[in-house]
Amino acid sequence: MEADHSLTPPPRIGPTPKMKLQTMLRAIWSFRAFYIMLLPGVIYFIIFRYFPMYGVIIAFKNFAILEGITGSSWVNPWYKHFQDFYQSPYFGQLLSNTLLISVYKLVWGTLPPILLALLLNECRVRWLKSIVQTLTYMPHFLSWVIIFGILLTLFSQNGGLINRWIVEAGGTSIPFLTSTDYFRSILVGSEVWQNLGWGAIIYLAAMAGIDPTLYEAAKVDGASRLRMIWHITLPGIRSIIILLFILKLGHLLDAGFDQIYILYNIQVYPVADILDTWVYRTGLQQLNFSLASAVGLFKSIIGLILVLGANRMAKKWGEGIW
Amino acid sequence: MVKSLDDKIFNSVVYVILGLCGLAAILPILYVVAVSITPFGEVLRNGGFILFPREITFTAYRTLLTESNIPKAFQITVLITVIGTAVNLILTALMAYPLSRKNLPARNFFLMMIVFTLLFSGGIIPTYLVVKSLGLLDSIWAMILPNAVWSFNVLIMKSFFEGLPEELFESARMDGAKEFRILLQIVTPLSVPVLLTVGLFYLVGHWNEFFQAIFYVTDRTLYPLQVVVREILMQSQQPLENAENMMPTQTMQMASVMIASLPVIVIYPFLQKHFTKGMLLGSIKG
Repeated sequence: MEADHSLTPPPRIGPTPKMKLQTMLRAIWSFRAFYIMLLPGVIYFIIFRYFPMYGVIIAFKNFAILEGITGSSWVNPWYKHFQDFYQSPYFGQLLSNTLLISVYKLVWGTLPPILLALLLNECRVRWLKSIVQTLTYMPHFLSWVIIFGILLTLFSQNGGLINRWIVEAGGTSIPFLTSTDYFRSILVGSEVWQNLGWGAIIYLAAMAGIDPTLYEAAKVDGASRLRMIWHITLPGIRSIIILLFILKLGHLLDAGFDQIYILYNIQVYPVADILDTWVYRTGLQQLNFSLASAVGLFKSIIGLILVLGANRMAKKWGEGIW
Repeated sequence: MVKSLDDKIFNSVVYVILGLCGLAAILPILYVVAVSITPFGEVLRNGGFILFPREITFTAYRTLLTESNIPKAFQITVLITVIGTAVNLILTALMAYPLSRKNLPARNFFLMMIVFTLLFSGGIIPTYLVVKSLGLLDSIWAMILPNAVWSFNVLIMKSFFEGLPEELFESARMDGAKEFRILLQIVTPLSVPVLLTVGLFYLVGHWNEFFQAIFYVTDRTLYPLQVVVREILMQSQQPLENAENMMPTQTMQMASVMIASLPVIVIYPFLQKHFTKGMLLGSIKG
C-alpha cells in the first residue's frame, strides 16, 4: 500500500534542500492514486474551460477560421473591436436592456419567494404545505422551451387563451409575445412563475433555524402572528436575504440568456436583446468571431469584478461564498 | 387550545393564498394537457377554456409519434441523458474524492482551478472554437463533453465526502485497500444521497438540453427533443390564414410540449426531497 505521507519518518539531520525535495516528492508519490483520479477532470477543465480563456485573445485579433487562433493577425489598435462595439448603436441598447431586465428580475425574484416562504412557514396544515411545496417547486425543472410552449397557449395572438377571451369580450387581441410593450413583463413574469417555489426553499430553511423559544416567549406576551412574523421571523432571515441579494447583484450582467433566446423574436429585439444574445448572433450566426469575443470578454471582465465585489460585500455580512 | 378569531382569519388568509400559489403553478400545465388531448372542435366550443375535456383524443400524440422527428429526437435525448449523466457522475466523483482529502499536496491549486471557472469564462465563441477544433461538431459528444463537469457539483460532492468519518478510510487503508477500491466500495455506498442529488441535477440538465445542440449541432438527425419541440412551436409564430388550421397545430404543439416534459413531471414528485436537499447543499456553499 502507499504509505500515508504523515507516517514517513522525519529526516534526522538538518534538512538539506535536496532532502526537502525528496520528502516532497515522496509525499506526492504516496498520493499518486489521488492524482490519477483527478487527471480526467483536470484534463476536462484544461480543454473546455481554460483553452477558451486562452482563445479569448481573438478579441484582439482579426480572427480568420483558416489561419486559426495563433495564425490570425493582431488588430491595430489592440482595442479596435472594443472601440467598434462602444461606438456602435448596439452598445447603449444592449447594456441598458441587460441591466434593466436584470434589475427587474432581481426585485421580482426576491420578494415573492420570501412571501411564499413566510406563508409556508405559517401553514399549520401539513398536507396543504407539502402539496403547495411540490406544486410550486415543479416549474423549476421545466425547460424554457416547455415554458415557451405554455406561454404560447396562454398569450399568443392567434389562439392564445387570454386573447380568445379578450376577443370574445369584444376587445382586440394583444400581441403579448411580440410587442415591445409587454415582452419584458412576460420575461419577468415567466421567471417568477418558474422560480417562485424554488427560491423559497432557502428562506424556508433559514426560518426553520430560528430558535422556537422566541415564538413561545412572544406568545406568552400575547403577540399576534403578524407581529411575530415582523419581529421574529423576518429579522431571523434578514442576513440570508441580504446575502442572497448581494450575491445576485454579482450576476447583474447575466440577464438570462437561455430564457431570452428561447422566448424572444425579431419584433422585440429593441427591448429584449441582451449582451449574451447579441454575442451569440454576431459570433455563431454572422460568424464575426472577433467582435463577438470582444463583447463576450467585456461582459466576462465586468462580471468578474461584480462577483468579486459582491463576495467582498457578502463577507462583510459574515458569510462569503468560499 | 382555543383559537382566537384573529388566528382563524389569519390562517384562512394563509391557506387561501397558498392554495392560489399552488393553482398558479399547476393550472397552466393542466391546461396544456387538456389542449393536447381535446378535439379542437371542443376547444372552440368552450371558448378555448377547457380543463376537463368531455371528449378525449390522442390523435395529436399518434401523429407526432409516427409522422414527426419526435421519436428520433426522443432517442437522442435519452442517449445524451444516459451517457452524459454517467460521464458527469464518474468525472465529478473522481475529482471530488481526492479534493476531499485535506492533506492532498496542491489541493488548493486544484480547488482554485475549479472555483475560478465559476467566476470567469472564455465565453461562447472561444468555447465553440475549441469544440470545433476537436472535431466534435455534429456529434452527440458535442452535447456531452463541453459540460462534462459542473464546478458547483464538484464542490457539493467534495463537502459531502469531507463529512464522512475519517476512521473508515483509515481502517480500509490499514487493510491494504487501494484508493480506487475505497472510493468504489466504501465511499460510493455511503454517498448515495449526494450521488442521487448531483446525478438528478445533471440528468435534468441533459433532458432539457438545448443550447449545446443549437451551438454545436447542425445535423438535424442529431437534434434533441427540446430543439425539435421548439421548431414545432415556432411554426405557429407566423399568422395563419384560416382558423381551421390553427387548432390542430395548437393541439399538436401542446402534445409535443407534453412529450418533452412528461418524464420530468412524472419523476419529480418522487425525487423532490433529493432536489431540495441539493438546493440547500448548494446554497450552504454558495
